[in-house]
Amino acid sequence: MLSLKQARQLQTVLLGLLAWGVALLIFFPIFWMVLTSFKTEIDAFSTPPQLFFSPTLENYLQIDSRSDYFHFAWNSVVVSFGSTLFGMLLAVPAAYSMAFFESKRTKSTLLWMLSTKMLPPVGVLVPIYLLFKDSGLLDTKVGLVIIYTLINLPIMVWMIYTYFKEIPKDILEAARLDGATATQEITQVLLPISKGGLASTVLLSLILSWNEAFWSLNLTASSAAPLTALVASYSSPEGLFWAKLSAVSTLACAPILIFGWLSQKQLVRGLSFGAVK
Amino acid sequence: MSDLKIRNLKKVFEGLEIIKGVNLDINDHEFVVFVGPSGCGKSTLLRLIAGLEEVTSGSIYLDDREITDLAPAKRDLAMVFQSYALYPHKTVRKNMSFALDLAGVDKAVIDQKVNDAARILELDHLLDRKPKALSGGQRQRVAIGRAIVRQPKVFLFDEPLSNLDAALRVQMRLELARLHQELNATMIYVTHDQVEAMTLADKVVVLNGGRIEQVGSPLELYHYPVNQFVAGFIGTPKMAFLKARVKGASPHSVSLTLECGPEYTLELDGSQLNVGEEVTLGVRPEHIQVTQSADSPFKVHLDVAEHLGADTYCYVKASTGETLTVRAPGDFEPGLGDQVGLQPDLARCHLFDGQGVAIPKPGAPAQAA
Amino acid sequence: METPRSLSFPRASLSNKDKRANRMSTSSIRAGSPAVHTTSGPSSVQGEHRRKNRIGLAMLSPSVLVLLIWMAVPLAMTIYFSLIRYNLLYPGDNEFVGLENYYYFLTDAGFTSGALNTLWLVGSVLLISVIAGVLIAVLVDNAFWGRGIVRVMLISPFFIMPTVSALVWKNLLLHPVSGVFAAVWRFFGATPIDWFSEYPLGAIIMIVSWQWIPFAVLILMTAMQSLDQEQKDAARLDGAGPINVFIHITLPHLARPIAVVVMIETIFLLSIFAEIFTTTGGGPGYETTNLAFLIYTQALLQFDVGMASSGGLIAVVIANIAAFLLIRMIGKNLTDKS
Repeated sequence: MLSLKQARQLQTVLLGLLAWGVALLIFFPIFWMVLTSFKTEIDAFSTPPQLFFSPTLENYLQIDSRSDYFHFAWNSVVVSFGSTLFGMLLAVPAAYSMAFFESKRTKSTLLWMLSTKMLPPVGVLVPIYLLFKDSGLLDTKVGLVIIYTLINLPIMVWMIYTYFKEIPKDILEAARLDGATATQEITQVLLPISKGGLASTVLLSLILSWNEAFWSLNLTASSAAPLTALVASYSSPEGLFWAKLSAVSTLACAPILIFGWLSQKQLVRGLSFGAVK
Repeated sequence: MSDLKIRNLKKVFEGLEIIKGVNLDINDHEFVVFVGPSGCGKSTLLRLIAGLEEVTSGSIYLDDREITDLAPAKRDLAMVFQSYALYPHKTVRKNMSFALDLAGVDKAVIDQKVNDAARILELDHLLDRKPKALSGGQRQRVAIGRAIVRQPKVFLFDEPLSNLDAALRVQMRLELARLHQELNATMIYVTHDQVEAMTLADKVVVLNGGRIEQVGSPLELYHYPVNQFVAGFIGTPKMAFLKARVKGASPHSVSLTLECGPEYTLELDGSQLNVGEEVTLGVRPEHIQVTQSADSPFKVHLDVAEHLGADTYCYVKASTGETLTVRAPGDFEPGLGDQVGLQPDLARCHLFDGQGVAIPKPGAPAQAA
Repeated sequence: METPRSLSFPRASLSNKDKRANRMSTSSIRAGSPAVHTTSGPSSVQGEHRRKNRIGLAMLSPSVLVLLIWMAVPLAMTIYFSLIRYNLLYPGDNEFVGLENYYYFLTDAGFTSGALNTLWLVGSVLLISVIAGVLIAVLVDNAFWGRGIVRVMLISPFFIMPTVSALVWKNLLLHPVSGVFAAVWRFFGATPIDWFSEYPLGAIIMIVSWQWIPFAVLILMTAMQSLDQEQKDAARLDGAGPINVFIHITLPHLARPIAVVVMIETIFLLSIFAEIFTTTGGGPGYETTNLAFLIYTQALLQFDVGMASSGGLIAVVIANIAAFLLIRMIGKNLTDKS
């Protein structure tokens, strides 16, 4: 018979083991992808799958020979950072205005912004495609930057808005009494205080743009295609390039995965529109 | 010179009148405390003076210059907030110098002023820390320091001690009093704590429901409250109020019958009172004594006794159910539930008419409207 | 959807005018009071207030404007295209055909399965991710060794781009011969399943669930931290066991975050595309075609703009019904709290 204390300890250990089991299960596909990227193509395709093998870097070295990896990666970088930059330029003033000059319409404006996220992309795919074709934006980075800026804007506004709302009004009033102009109030008090929140908004926008795969697959061909499209191109020659597919995938996901790990706590607020802390 | 005049000041917020026409003169070097229950408009009044709220009507003058519509920064005022409102990303030094930095004051002058303020407030060794690394009392001092360096004409304090624990509050209270003497500045201080009001103020402004009830020195308010609200608000424990009826009134005396039995005659000007009129007698706990039950016409039951050491506060109940607090000596050992007699010090009792307005006592200072 | 913001702009400027009128009347009253130096003009508080209102509007309008254009222009074009005959392969007369496109889209063999598949996909992924999310969040809420690493592992799939997760699952895990699943099946003596030909939609649901469970975990795990420990203690003292604590304390506390998860996942799940595009291409037949993919095939593979537009509008209508219900359900909560 176990004492109460022992029973509790056992329970803790068992629950801990269970949590580890679930986590390993969920993480397994990523682990397996990384593992496969270090296999030869023959090892990758062997039956049964091998856990132990002699690792090789060959896949990583060969990525560039099959497709111009850096071309796609560069597109991803430009498009993510570009759309994030423009998104911030639009979202920060909007969030500032709504957080500190609140009016009766602020709430409905926020909800309306959110509702634009509900517009399914397929609903506007055709006109956007045609507009882009006519204006020469099809398969350009500029075109993707415009789209990503627009689809991420509502989330960015919401996220920054919730950060701004948390700043005590007293501090801004103190700044006003200290003689700060509106611009000084923003640049010298508001932005420095909320830089953590702004940084996580930037991260979220980068993550969402980096992983976006509806518009990038439909609006780009070769010259502006980002990594999502590069990976998709591996879907056709089935079976033969698993190790290389894994290597490309690992390279495509690693930066954003690390970003995500670093910012997981702050991301929650943005992803839940501030409803969960 | 820095004196502040407020004329017919009104503030309406979403259809609700929060400040209902305030007139007030604050003189140079005065320490003025706005006191009142929560929601009385004291903080709003302070924020109107600071320019953080828009005035609905009326005007504010500082040294005969109208500042009613002036931007907050141009009013030559500094404010210490209840939450301190320190800039969390700036060091103590930068917090204190921010206003001067913005005004483009010479670097050496800023350093001089910040160092002076830091010395007065004993913040010298903390100048390079961020607010997060400070204790509550230290943050409070930084907030005050931020106000001092600007050398404003008027200091505004919005419940600055309410976030501190009891011991620190007493200490900061003393420091503020010392600071007022040292800086010799005009200060306006908002609090709901009447002890702070009594200890700090040269002049107390009692506010209630957006109106000024009384303005006066702490002792004036204590000895000569103009109405039942002020009488009940100033003094701890609170003054007890007993219902009574006028039995006889003359210009020199008023005799009354308390609802709970006893009859008393007070030396007051009763010329405005009619026989049979309902009035209220106000008695402070320190102006009433417990006597032997047999000789007293005023008999009550002892409910609860609080022993504070120096004093014992007895909570007693009259036959009408009215409750009173009585201050007794520290060694007083009452038997709970006992019947005892009370003897009020009639010269120090207060009488209020049916509207709660005080019947003026001899020696009361003239009230300005 | 809400009324466009632009409609309310004129009202905003009106109320500003009201304020100006007010101010004029107060200053005329003040003119009668004893004259002292009067300062007014650009630095006045009310002027400042008005100016700040304008600044506030100026800062807000760019975002509102671009979103309005983003929403209105393509939508208007979609409506127009959906009413004409318009096929990129047969240029020429784009005659007005009324609701013909809608008729063809709704009676198309693909539509019923597309709608049903969308429903299945959204419904089952929501169910799986919320249930798994709650259980995992509760499990991880206990203190145990390596909790930080476990948390990181649990949320990782959320950061993997959809094309990668689809291909990794399809080739490395679900492959009927050399996939990991096949090996596990064989290990237990069972015949490996060819997921994508036997249960194509099930395979897609599995992949998408894997991507979205972490999101639910992330949100719910954070929400668990704000659960009042004293409440749990009080319930325990009242004699509630772990299951009762879960039902009466934990679940009600998680209601709002669950609503948030449902809302946001619905937004994204209604337009699942890349996972289908890279694995099944909508097949076999229409078995894994959802509405998003159906419209894509119509527009960019068959070049029938008219029909694709009508389909797009139907998707918008469906999304709006969902959005309306969801916003009614939790939208108020979202803004009330902030």
